[in-house]
Amino acid sequence: MVDSSQYALLCALIPLIPLIGFAINGLGFRRISKGLAGAIGSLAAILSFGLSLYLFNAFLDNGSNPIRVELFNWIGVGTLQIPFAFLIDQLSLIMLLIITGVGSLIHIYSIGYMKHDEGFGKFFAFLNLFLFSMLLLVMGSNYPMMFIGWEGVGLCSYLLIGFWNKNTNYNNAARKAFIMNRIGDLGFLLGIFLIFFTLGSVEYTEVFPKAADTFAVDETTVIAITLLLFVGAMGKSAQIPLYTWLPDAMAGPTPVSALIHAATMVTAGIYMVVRSNVLYTLAPTTLAVVAVIGLATALLAATIGILQNDIKKVLAYSTVSQLGYMFLGLGVAAYSSAMFHVMTHAFFKALLFLGAGSVIHAMSDEQDIRKMGGLRKYLPVTFVTFLIATIAISGIPPFAGFFSKDEILMHVFEHSPLMWGLAVIGSMMTSFYMFRLLFLTFFGTFRGTKEQHHHLHESPATMTLPLIVLAVLSAVGGFIGLPQLFGGGNRLGTFMNPLFDLSRQVRPESFNETHLSHATEYLLMGVSTGAALLALVVALVMYVSRKAVPVSEGTRLSPVQNLVYNKYYVDELYNAIIVKPLMVIGDFLYSVFEFLVIDLIVNGVGKAVKALSGVFRRFQSGAIGFYIFAMVIGIVVILLLNLRSFIL
Amino acid sequence: MDGIPGVIQTIPLNYYIFFSTALFVIGIVGVMVRRNALIIFMSVELMLNAVNLLLTAFSAYRSDPAGQVFVFFIMAVAAAEVSVGLAIIVMIYRNNRSVDVGILNRLKW
Repeated sequence: MVDSSQYALLCALIPLIPLIGFAINGLGFRRISKGLAGAIGSLAAILSFGLSLYLFNAFLDNGSNPIRVELFNWIGVGTLQIPFAFLIDQLSLIMLLIITGVGSLIHIYSIGYMKHDEGFGKFFAFLNLFLFSMLLLVMGSNYPMMFIGWEGVGLCSYLLIGFWNKNTNYNNAARKAFIMNRIGDLGFLLGIFLIFFTLGSVEYTEVFPKAADTFAVDETTVIAITLLLFVGAMGKSAQIPLYTWLPDAMAGPTPVSALIHAATMVTAGIYMVVRSNVLYTLAPTTLAVVAVIGLATALLAATIGILQNDIKKVLAYSTVSQLGYMFLGLGVAAYSSAMFHVMTHAFFKALLFLGAGSVIHAMSDEQDIRKMGGLRKYLPVTFVTFLIATIAISGIPPFAGFFSKDEILMHVFEHSPLMWGLAVIGSMMTSFYMFRLLFLTFFGTFRGTKEQHHHLHESPATMTLPLIVLAVLSAVGGFIGLPQLFGGGNRLGTFMNPLFDLSRQVRPESFNETHLSHATEYLLMGVSTGAALLALVVALVMYVSRKAVPVSEGTRLSPVQNLVYNKYYVDELYNAIIVKPLMVIGDFLYSVFEFLVIDLIVNGVGKAVKALSGVFRRFQSGAIGFYIFAMVIGIVVILLLNLRSFIL
Repeated sequence: MDGIPGVIQTIPLNYYIFFSTALFVIGIVGVMVRRNALIIFMSVELMLNAVNLLLTAFSAYRSDPAGQVFVFFIMAVAAAEVSVGLAIIVMIYRNNRSVDVGILNRLKW
């Protein structure tokens, strides 16, 4: 048994260790050797993972009661009291294990991947800082603490996207990510303000019961709160309309894409919605919005993914699409299913990105799949693990993605068969573009240059080892949430059940036990699996049998292809309606306002002072007699002023 | 009529005020018109002592010893100030071979 003071130490240490790692590498990255920097960074992540596991066991021993640890009082103004406190419950523990577990693997992988980079120590410092912020985000016991973590991960994302900061495009991508996230953050912040304004607290343990008492179902205030919070989630988790930053974020090193832009940070939005499930359950209107946006994002990103030729861009759109599925799951109040998908997605998407990194490493930084092909022979480990991840993400049983996606799809079907149909089409597209990627990369003949061909090699053990671990997790990770249909009893769902007690109270009808017959469930699984397999066969015929290769740059495409290939011109649209007008206003302010107001007033004040002082300084003649005379006159004047009642 | 306060009170208070004012004005005029640093210094002392005299007189008339205690402090501080001031004047003399304040007009813009 662990007592409360030990809990406090444990909870404090989990985020503190990566912070210490950040401090060591961040301050000393010029002096610390690469081997040591990598060891410190990875060790910090692994230690954190070990402590999280220990905490998990202690939590189970303790009867799965939520643990609240208060470290100190952080902000106290009037009625607003915000303690620096951690809340450990089922949700934060699952996130903790995902973050530190996948994080550790990616740290180890980075030792090999970043070996030749000058900014090695800096890279590990940023990764550790990211871990710290992310842990704070999921462990905090109130919204402001989530917000610090939320901002911290945004900062790290910015720093790591622009990690190779000598490239202007990368810097622009970093800025874009930061600004888009800020737009979302504003919504999140306003949501927090509204929560405090209406409920008088920001502490989870106080907000949720109060909300359940105060709000009626679908009251305007609760809809406003949830919508504002969801705006934050849109930014962080790349949903329409704020999704365009994520594909650009691929400018960062590949381990960063795996850790931040696939496995952990982008799922912060889902974490936040699940954490606030009471509020969302109270607002069915918001849930409908969430579901529609999730579905639209899933479909839109999937169609774009089909025509991308950059290995990382395909994966990026696939991430956006999978996040869309998670929000679709949240939108139909299937919170635990969405978390299940977060978990399996973390495994297979991290694996896909790391596999892609291994390919890019072997191809001497080439990312265009048109120049790859036939890599199966040269990168056997990468190929097998990538294959497993592809099967997992496509939703083919019995790999992880099948169970989580199927659970979401089943809940969607109960909610609305039409949405289910669209979601299955989306998952078919997922399967298609993933196998297209796999076939183009690993099958056929090599299409790159001779030099690249000569250089092809399997990655070192530090890189393949995480791949293998993640491949195992992607293969068997789904069994933790094995549905009742297969006699599994959905252990993950049962584990997370207490989180939704309050939601169940406020609106029991949204948590009805599944009323689908087993035959229907089998049918649904059959359809989605069949769709995935069909897409697999189509991709197989197109890219293996017929050896089709995407046309090279500059070839004329049909209008539809052109539209999709150019990502529906969304970036251009945003440019035209938001960026350009802002630039025009900025130019106007610079040329007119700056000249008339700033220059005239500010410079005018400066010039006036200078002119006056030119006159007054002449009084300082250096003649002592004059000073004394002035002093005496001054004294006499003061005296007269004070004694004027006697004199007059 | 016993003790020093009694002696002081044999002279009307107004006389003290007139006398102190006269001393003080002499001091001011001395500071303003003379150019010898030593004389200016003496005039400053004159002003200080005009104030001391007035303080003592008021103190005696009001039977309040605080004024006289204050005078002691002024005298002690003035003694310290004199030593510093004289040292400065000595230095001025060493540098300029003169104690004429007219030469000392270098402290300006």
